[in-house]
Amino acid sequence: MTASPTQMVNLPRPKGRPVDLESAVIRFSGDSGDGMQLTGSQFTNTAALAGNDLVTFPDFPAEIRAPAGTLFGVSGFQLNFAAKSIYTPGDAPDVLVAMNPAALKVNLSDLKTGGILIINQDAFTPANLDKAGFTSNPLEDDSLNAYRLFAIDIGTQTERALAETGLSFKEVGRAKNFWTLGLLYYLYDRPLEYTLRFIEQKFKSKETIAEGNRLALKAGYLYGDVSEIFQETYEINSAQLEPGLYRNITGNQATAWGAIAAGQQAGLPLFYGSYPITPASDVLHELSRHKHFGVKTVQAEDEIAAVAATIGAAWTGQLAMTGSSGPGIALKGEAIGLAVAAELPLVVLNVQRAGPSTGMPTKTEQADLLQAMFGRNGESPVAIVAPQSPADCFEMMIEAFRLALGYMVPVIVLSDGYLANGSEPWKIPDVAALPKVKATFQTTPSDDFHPFQRDEDTLARVWPKIGSPGLEHRIGGLERSYETGHISYDPDNHQRMTEVRAKKIEGMARTIPDLKVYGSEQGGDILLLGWGSTFGAMRQATQIGREQGLDVSHAHLRYLNPFPRNLSELLHRFKRVIVPEMNTGQLLMLLRSRYLIPAEGLNKIEGKPFRVSEILSAIHGEKNKSRGQPW
Amino acid sequence: MVAVTKKDFQTDQEVRWCPGCGDYAILASVQRVMPTLGIPKEKIIFISGIGCSSRFPYYMNTYGFHTIHGRAPAIATGVKVSNPELSVWVITGDGDALSIGGNHLIHALRRNINIKILMFNNRIYGLTKGQYSPTSEPGKKTKSTPMGSIDQPFTPLSVALGANASFVARSVDREAKHLEMVLKRAAEHKGTAFVEIFQNCNVFNDGAFLHFTTKGTKADTQLHIQHGKPLLFGADKQRGIRLGGLHSLTPEVVTLGENGVTERDILVYDETDTSGTLPFLLSKLEPPVAPIPLGVFRAIERPTYDEGVNAQVADAQNKSPDASIEKLLKGGDTWVVS
Ligand code: SF4
Repeated sequence: MTASPTQMVNLPRPKGRPVDLESAVIRFSGDSGDGMQLTGSQFTNTAALAGNDLVTFPDFPAEIRAPAGTLFGVSGFQLNFAAKSIYTPGDAPDVLVAMNPAALKVNLSDLKTGGILIINQDAFTPANLDKAGFTSNPLEDDSLNAYRLFAIDIGTQTERALAETGLSFKEVGRAKNFWTLGLLYYLYDRPLEYTLRFIEQKFKSKETIAEGNRLALKAGYLYGDVSEIFQETYEINSAQLEPGLYRNITGNQATAWGAIAAGQQAGLPLFYGSYPITPASDVLHELSRHKHFGVKTVQAEDEIAAVAATIGAAWTGQLAMTGSSGPGIALKGEAIGLAVAAELPLVVLNVQRAGPSTGMPTKTEQADLLQAMFGRNGESPVAIVAPQSPADCFEMMIEAFRLALGYMVPVIVLSDGYLANGSEPWKIPDVAALPKVKATFQTTPSDDFHPFQRDEDTLARVWPKIGSPGLEHRIGGLERSYETGHISYDPDNHQRMTEVRAKKIEGMARTIPDLKVYGSEQGGDILLLGWGSTFGAMRQATQIGREQGLDVSHAHLRYLNPFPRNLSELLHRFKRVIVPEMNTGQLLMLLRSRYLIPAEGLNKIEGKPFRVSEILSAIHGEKNKSRGQPW
Repeated sequence: MVAVTKKDFQTDQEVRWCPGCGDYAILASVQRVMPTLGIPKEKIIFISGIGCSSRFPYYMNTYGFHTIHGRAPAIATGVKVSNPELSVWVITGDGDALSIGGNHLIHALRRNINIKILMFNNRIYGLTKGQYSPTSEPGKKTKSTPMGSIDQPFTPLSVALGANASFVARSVDREAKHLEMVLKRAAEHKGTAFVEIFQNCNVFNDGAFLHFTTKGTKADTQLHIQHGKPLLFGADKQRGIRLGGLHSLTPEVVTLGENGVTERDILVYDETDTSGTLPFLLSKLEPPVAPIPLGVFRAIERPTYDEGVNAQVADAQNKSPDASIEKLLKGGDTWVVS
């Protein structure tokens, strides 16, 4: 670790030698107005800069400002940081910070027995206790005996520290989260520098507020020192990550940056048509900030207009992308079908959330796989890819564009709320080595030109540059003659064109990497096969299972249509195939129908990611908890 | 440059509208106007939705996109924002534009994207074989309304004006000269141009506009709006429109010389009226109470959406001429693992 910058702000280091830990899981929780997301991300970035591996899981309510003190207004941010490689935000927190009774009520059952429980006792008023449904004050009965309880008057302490600032009562109240962050920094021997810099930038024009937050942060830290409430403090060394330059990145940010990078690789301006929807809006926000890369963003009047405008952009030769979540994708279905028929390169991002209908907008799920596969009228195949971690969104976006442009088809990218908002350290890739994305336009007329002339190998149709003299042509949603490109109702032709559209997708398999097995490559007892954001929990469970002597392996599909070419053969190498999914068995259904294997589902539909322990018990053959899996 | 003619805009596709359909006349007018615009053929784009009129792009030898029901203005928005140098024309019908695509229409008009929307209004669904449309008159008996339609219709121009369209005009399929004048004006306008074209569907709604298109009587039933001129009509221009008295904005039909009415009482038209009141009042006139107003109702200047989008991009690019992926990825907080 670098020399402690705490010294630079004249703060003492924790007394005695901190206890070395391999990893720790902290969950910050409070009212949605308590600033827990900010506190969590500050701790995250500080841990990242110290070289820890980390995985985060922000979990917030759908209400923008839920009534204070209510259970449904509780906002949480969980962070796992470690001196080794980790893959999940952790099953159970080692430390729970609860800023009010509701936060305690919602989160306590997750805290490890013997875990550290830091509570803002000022918020434990009769009214708040009542709102949270406590019949007696847990700070006064023995219900918290199983934990190391630190009930602190955080509100009062913050007020005292900020007494001289002249800030209003309300403003002082808002600084509580920085006080709490300071205390946690002390507990884990973290420098304050990153957050101090953040405060300076964030509150540039509000110096008194900046000063208040700085004072609160330092006061929290000093409280840890002076009060001597903690018998021990902790240290988590930097992780042995692959050498290189790192940054922390969320899934939605990586998605936006991947699209920008694809545009640069292809030498095409990026067009993003979208309509605000949770949890995809941040992609629109992020792309809107990067117009200097030639990015055009259109916030359309509705989901249909968003995809329609994007199709218009694709036709005229832009790098075209639309994005939404499940409900929006449902609305876009007809237009995606148009892109299938007109054979246009289009990337459709679906940041999945819990359904059906409006469902639980801020909660994660991966139940739109079959929608992506089949959610359009007629035979209308599209390619489907799925990033497996927040940072992987970057690479898979480039892949999506490579496939879209290479085959003149729509490509659906299945991200989800957990990937979108979660973050992890990312080794910044070598830009020169990024995969190539190639756009091949036809700009001059050939003798027999028509817009559905195809490449013999990929079957991709030509992409005439709109505006080029001599290439005037008409396309649309009506069936086309394979031979002439004109409208055709010929029965044989329809059969042929249907096959061509399917073959284009199948043919992509030649250009996608074979599926790799982690564990027993030659085959063995159990293969865990998954896709999307379940990667972390599955990989960690596999590691633990193998350490326990089980013959378990893991493979993760980043390409869902087409599947990698070696999938069938690989599946048959294992005695059992278990498919964990945050749905009722959608990949399972595809695997069973295509490969006729008795794969087993492990299904969870709680709006929450898998815990490692849940997957481990499945490996151990314990009856899985899935209730809904009907296959 | 070789002179382009109407023929250059014809395709080899067999036109598949019913014989006698008003669409033929509109197609001919459009094909005649295109060579006069001074725009290279390859820069002209026709985009349509679904319906009889939406087959139009197949018969124009330009770039064309026959899209999905109601969505043409949205697709055209993507095309125009992407390639502002293209001349983008949307062909739509009353069902396509005002029913399934109503939302896209009003938002295109609101944004003032520089596209031309030609809405063929035949007041019926033709391609689906004759159901009432959002412009059909109340009481209309169709296959889906055997007891008569109970829907109240839209006046398309009022809708467009309500969305603050910067250019609003109306013409008729069989008035070729007038239609071509209106099309040219639309082409010259910077911003969304909304043109309603009354189009006879001789199969499912034949004669819907006969009451003001019949040769002998049309001088008395059509009011040709001209900017800066009094709103006069009739064979001898003896009738006109005035606003009803001092305290009323209701337009009324008056006759010169009757009840002391002189030409000074007649409303002089101003297509640049920014309030939108004048064109709105006029959009409500229709037979039998008044003549049907035709021509350019409104032509005002407003910033266009496509220019706005591209100006912001250019501005951002000027401010960061050295943008690179490398810089993006390495910006902000990073750390080295060695
Ligand atoms: S149904 Fe009516 S509108 Fe359609 S082509 Fe025939 S005549 Fe024209």
